[in-house]
Order: sequence, then C-alpha cells, then structure tokens
Amino acid sequence: MRAVNYCKSALLIVSIVALMLTTGTNVYAGGTLRIASMGEPASLDPHKVSGTWAVHIVGDLFLGLTTDDPYSKAVPGAAKSWTISSDGKTYTFNLRKSLWSDGTPVTAGDFVFSFRRILNPETAAEYASVLYIIEGAEQINTGKASPETLKVKAIDDHTLEIKLKGPAPYFIDLLNHQTCYPVPRHVVEKYGNAWSKPEHIVSNGPYKVVLWIPNDHIRLVKNEKFYDAVSVSLDELKFYTQEDRAAVQKRFRAGEIDVATDFASEQINWLRKHLPEETRIAPYMGVYYYAINSAKKPFTDQRIRKALSMAVNREAIVEKVLKTGELAAYSFVPPSISNYPKSAQVQWKDWPYGKKIKEAKKLLKEAGYTKKNPLKFTLRYNTSENHKRIAVAIASMWKAIGVKVELFNSEVKVHYAELKQANFQVARAGWIADYNDAQNFLYLMETRTGPFNYSGYSNPEFDNLMQKAEVTLNPKKRYELMYKAEELAMRDMPVIPIYHYVSKNLVSTRIKGFEDNPEDKHRWRYVSFK
Amino acid sequence: MFSLLVRRLLSAVPTILIVITIAFFMMRAAPGGPFDKEKLLPPEIEANILRVYNLDKPLYQQYVDYLKNILKGDFGPSYKYRDFTVNDLIASGIRVSFKLGIYAMLVAVTFGVTAGTIAALKQNSRFDYVVMGMAMTGIAIPNFVMAPLLTLIFGIYLSWLPVAGWNNGAFENMLLPVLALALPRVAYIARLTRGSMVEIIHSNFIRTARAKGLREKIVIVRHALKASLLPVVSYLGPATTYVITGSVVIESIFDVPGIGRYFIHGALNRDYPVVMGVVIFFCIIIVTVNLIVDLIYGFLDPKMKVE
Repeated sequence: MRAVNYCKSALLIVSIVALMLTTGTNVYAGGTLRIASMGEPASLDPHKVSGTWAVHIVGDLFLGLTTDDPYSKAVPGAAKSWTISSDGKTYTFNLRKSLWSDGTPVTAGDFVFSFRRILNPETAAEYASVLYIIEGAEQINTGKASPETLKVKAIDDHTLEIKLKGPAPYFIDLLNHQTCYPVPRHVVEKYGNAWSKPEHIVSNGPYKVVLWIPNDHIRLVKNEKFYDAVSVSLDELKFYTQEDRAAVQKRFRAGEIDVATDFASEQINWLRKHLPEETRIAPYMGVYYYAINSAKKPFTDQRIRKALSMAVNREAIVEKVLKTGELAAYSFVPPSISNYPKSAQVQWKDWPYGKKIKEAKKLLKEAGYTKKNPLKFTLRYNTSENHKRIAVAIASMWKAIGVKVELFNSEVKVHYAELKQANFQVARAGWIADYNDAQNFLYLMETRTGPFNYSGYSNPEFDNLMQKAEVTLNPKKRYELMYKAEELAMRDMPVIPIYHYVSKNLVSTRIKGFEDNPEDKHRWRYVSFK
Repeated sequence: MFSLLVRRLLSAVPTILIVITIAFFMMRAAPGGPFDKEKLLPPEIEANILRVYNLDKPLYQQYVDYLKNILKGDFGPSYKYRDFTVNDLIASGIRVSFKLGIYAMLVAVTFGVTAGTIAALKQNSRFDYVVMGMAMTGIAIPNFVMAPLLTLIFGIYLSWLPVAGWNNGAFENMLLPVLALALPRVAYIARLTRGSMVEIIHSNFIRTARAKGLREKIVIVRHALKASLLPVVSYLGPATTYVITGSVVIESIFDVPGIGRYFIHGALNRDYPVVMGVVIFFCIIIVTVNLIVDLIYGFLDPKMKVE
C-alpha cells in the first residue's frame, strides 16, 4: 500500500516536472511588457518617424526586407533570401509569403509603393536622404523626377529588384532602417495621411497597434497574422511616454514598468549599488564632439585646433564628470562598428597628459598666442546639465594652456540653427549613426556634405578617399580607404572627439532576450518573461 | 446681469485677436525653427517639409491663412506629432487636465476654507498655529519637491499607490497628482480665509448680529463666512485657470496626459500650431473664468450689484 502511495506521489512529481518543462521550453509564455519611452513618437508612419524611441515601436510593427536579430545584426525579414549582382549594384530579393495584419498578402508591389512614397517630396519624409544610394532616389526627392522613375521594380509578387547608384556594402544593413519598411498600399491609398492612425493602421510585423493616447501610452498586441507568430512570446506591449527620468526610475523601482530606455547619469552610483543587474550600459554607435569652425580665423590654423584637442583630458571627463562608462574618444568613428576593425586614432593618444599640455602650449606659441596675447573664443553648447558640466571642465583644461574661453548656451533649436549657418567658433555637437557603418560618421567631414559638416572641413584628399571608398566592394579595401581618411581628419583635427556614447537601459530581471547591442535596437519579439 | 454677460463676451473678441497676433509673431521671431534639431535635415528635405506645411510662404500670408483657418475651427496640424492635429491634441489633453484641475480645486477650497475658518475662530490657539504653520510650509515647498516626495513615500516606501501613470483617470492614479496640485492651494486659501475672517468677525455688523441674539452658527456661516470669502473668490480665478490649464511639473512627474505639456513642448519644439492652439485655448479659459468670478462676486458682495 505504501509502495503504491510512493508510486503515486512519484508519478505526480514527474508529471508536474514534465508540465513545468513543457511550459519552460514552449516559446509561448505571454504577458504584457511595459516600456518607458523618453518621448512621444512623431508618428507611427515609418516614413515619418524620427527619434530612437519611435523606432523602438515601429520596429516591431513593420518588417523590412531585412530585420534585426537580438544583437542588431541584419537577418532576413520580409525577404527570405537575395542575390547581389557581380558589380554590387543590383539586388534581387526573394520575398516570403506573408500577410498584413488585416489578412491582405504582402507583395513586392507594396515595397515598390513604399520606396516611391517615402521619396516623393509630398511625403516630406525627414529621413528620405538615407535612401539616396538607390538609383533615381535623389532626383525624385528633390522634385526633378517623378516617383515612377525609381529603380525599384516588382518582377512578380514575390520578387523585388533594387538598383543602386553604386555598390554599397552596407545596403543590407540599411534595409532594416525604418525608411525601408513597407507600408500597406491598400490602406494608404484608402485613408491618405490618416492611414497611420490607430483605427486604420495595418502592419506586417510581429505586433499591431490597438490604441494610442497621446502623451499617455501606446498599446501594441501580438499580430496573429505575422508569419512567425509562434515564436513571439509577449502578448502585449505598452509604451509609456515620460521624459522625467527621475520619475521613470521611481516607476521602475515600483515595478510599474519593465524596461526604461534611458536613465539619468547622475543616478549611476545609486543604480550600481541598488540595481546592479538591471542597470545595462553598453557601447553605442555615437560620438560626442566639439566642432571647430575651421573655415574662420583663427581656427584655419591647424596648430591651434590640434593644441585645443590635445589639452582635453578625455579620461577625466569620462571618469570624473560622466561616470557612466562612456569611452574616451581619440577617433571619430566609435569602436564596435561593423567592417571597421579599428578606428584611426590621433597619434598622440598614449602620451602622458603632461606631455600633451606641453606640446599644446608649444603649438599655441608657434601660432602666435602667448600669455600676453592669449587665444580667446566662445564655446557654444545647447542647454543641458551634462553639456554644461563638460564645457566647464574643458574650459578649465584650456585655461591651463593659456586659452580664454567664454561659455555660451542656448536651447537646442537655436544651437543647431546657428551651427547650420556656421555662426560659431567652437561648438558642442553629437552624432548617432543612422546605420552601423563608418561611412555614416566620416561623411560628416566631407566637403559635399554641406551644412552637416559643421566645422567646414574641406580637404580634397579626404574627399577623394571617401569617394573611392563609396564605390569599393571589397570590405577590406573599403576599410583601408576610410581608415586613411579618418587618419587625415585626426591629423587636421576639424573636430575634437570627446567621448563615444553608451546606451543606458534599465531592464527588469524578470525578462530575458533583451541583449545589449551597439545600435541599442531591441526587437520585442525576441523578449519574453522568464 | 445679462448686459454684463454680453458686454464681457463682446470685449473678449478683440482681446483674443490681440493675443493671437502677439503670440503668432513672437513665436516666429524666436530663433530656430521647428525642423532645426540635433539631427539636422538636408536642405532639400527641409525644403520639402516647409512646402508641405506652407512655411515657405511670406509671413503675412501665413498669418492671414491662420486666421481664416481658426474661424473655421481648424487649428492646423502639429509639426512634431505628425499623426495628430492640434484639435486632436487639445481635445484629448483638456479632458484630463479639466478632471484633474476640478478635483484639485474642490479639495483646495473645501479643506482651505474649513481650516482657515476654524483657525480664525480659534485665533492664537494651538490649532491656529499648527494649521498656519502647515500652510506656510505648504506654500513654501514647491511642486517639484512635493510631488516626487509624495511618490517616494506612497508609491515606493509604502507601495499603496501607483508612482505615476494616468490609467484613464482611475481613482488610485488620480489621488497623488490631485493632492500635489491641491496642497499649495489649500495652504494659500486657508491663509486667505483666516486673514479675512479675523478681520470680519471683529467688524460692526457681526457685533450687531451677535447683539441681536442670532445663533453663533448663523452668524458665522451666513454673515461672516460669506463676506470673508471675497478675497478667496478673487484668488480662485487665476488659481482655477492655472490648475485647469495644467501644471507641467505635475504632468511630467505623474505622467499625466494633460494639456500643460503641449504648451511647454510646443514652445521648445517650435511647433507653431500647437503653441498657438494652446494659447488661444488658455485665453478663452481665462476670459471665461474671470467672467464667472465676476458673477460670483456680484452674488457675494451687495455693493457690487449697485455698480
């Protein structure tokens, strides 16, 4: 009798364990993930969004030809596979059979329609220029040609051909950018600009929108029509808009949100102590720098620019001022950029700081600036606590080499309006890459870039190298060309790189599948509750 | 009364027009435009956007067009929130701000007037000192200190209430923001009531009422309180406007989707239509609330009726 009882209990335990195992291995676990966004998305229309927080949302609504894996590497998305012609200019995509969330099939025609739409000047898409690599795109977007002339063609419902202006090794990586997401032709044609309102919107990604209360929250639910819906775990995503980072942190502590996509750097000591596992810091593809207006006197003199750069003690800034693990920058391109194994750093990077100061003083003296006749200029920055702390620190470092700096701050709109008109001497700037490629950083110093090239740097040799790199297919050769270009820029110093950004997230330990990556892109379809 | 109403409404029209004009040109005079940002737009892209929003037209033309659209009740699109019109944003924000504001004012008036009255009647007693001391503290502590403090205590340490979030105006979500918004006003109203009450209960007509042998309750409620509420009512005008039009601080700390945030964000983003829409809307509220206050005044103060 006893033995039977044992048997029964054993059986019970075994079945419970088995049950636990099956639920454990089964992908479907469900649940609602609550995410705090740092801002309200400009739109849910992928052609109109801007801002990283918006991409966190639309990135799971729409599926481009390629999409991101948890580590932000491009993997097949709406396209199952593709072939690239030998000249690297023609891409042919084989689309998988998939459906929009209303059951309509996704076709190559939807992609043709979408690319034409984003490039149509009437759409007024802010990011359209990212696609200028496609043949005919620039002419269309500047109103010189009609959208029908774009070299994106549907061969049949499931085959799409895209012709590029020149070979672009980063094109596959670019395709998971939101500008390349398809929009549902049948819905856009029916509702016009109102198509992206929650009541009309239809999507082809793992989630669909059900509700958007402005400045409150956006609610997404799993799209059962998604081709890979079985592997999507979370049933529901709620994105809350809250700019007050202190308040977000409190909500996170109270368990009201599961993921916060930023936190205030001044909280880092507290966070490291109390939420060490939840605090996630990782290198991010962005650079914080000071642009020197090298087209204006006295900054036309390379010695002055070099002296200013040398005197910036970057280690002190990242360790004493920022403290959130940012990386001291001696190159413009950050580390961990694809196909760019090592950035070209300034030659004097490893000198002791004392030697740098000495050399900086010497350079200034050679340029004609002494104690009696000190170099004086204004450093502009946009209003923010961190920008101010950094500017104050750097001004005092410059003071040590006999430079007198006046600090001037203005709100962000004014700051960038002045930068655009080159109305500054030295100014704070920052750049977050659109896609993971060194070219997206270095082009900022090309002559043809125009107003984005804040420092007005113009070196024919640099331009030449960059243009060669653009048409080079071999990744190694392309890297060498861009490396040489960066080396030149780091010699001429039109910009002072200060630090490379890090991404900062608070992630609940209850979830898994949220991987830190250099683009800080997180597709929620890979995330689930433990 | 009716003629007062008509006169006031008529005089509101030029007021609003002047406000529109000043706000319109001031916004445009501010340096930086809606599309200047950290990630600058290429010139050809900016040109496309300006054309779509008619921002490439001469300024006077834009002004005339704007006035025409307003007459039609169309406040235009938001440059920043491209899926919404200004009408959408105001409509969704005002419902929330109004609810929050009205509750906060109710709490403020109820507790403020009661505490002030009792303090005045028990002048220089322990109760008086405690209430007035608390009131001074309430006035002195700014919102941006009080609100995070409340969330820390009730949301995190005690875990009684949600830290933030609106949740469609659920009671537990509203409690803290209402409290944070009401507290400084409770304090201010209590002080005002006490001050004027102390003055009134020492005046001749109260002495007369008592001499006639009226019951103390009637003396206080019907005679003294009515008269001493006048300064409170005149304070209510601006206070209600402020509370209804939303407090940016409270809204961003408690993540309340009210209208106040649009005002500040609109200005910072140079989202001209949003700023204009909100300014006009606020202007209408101020005019209306002032009118209501004047009507209440007439009811409370017999002297006003003669004029």
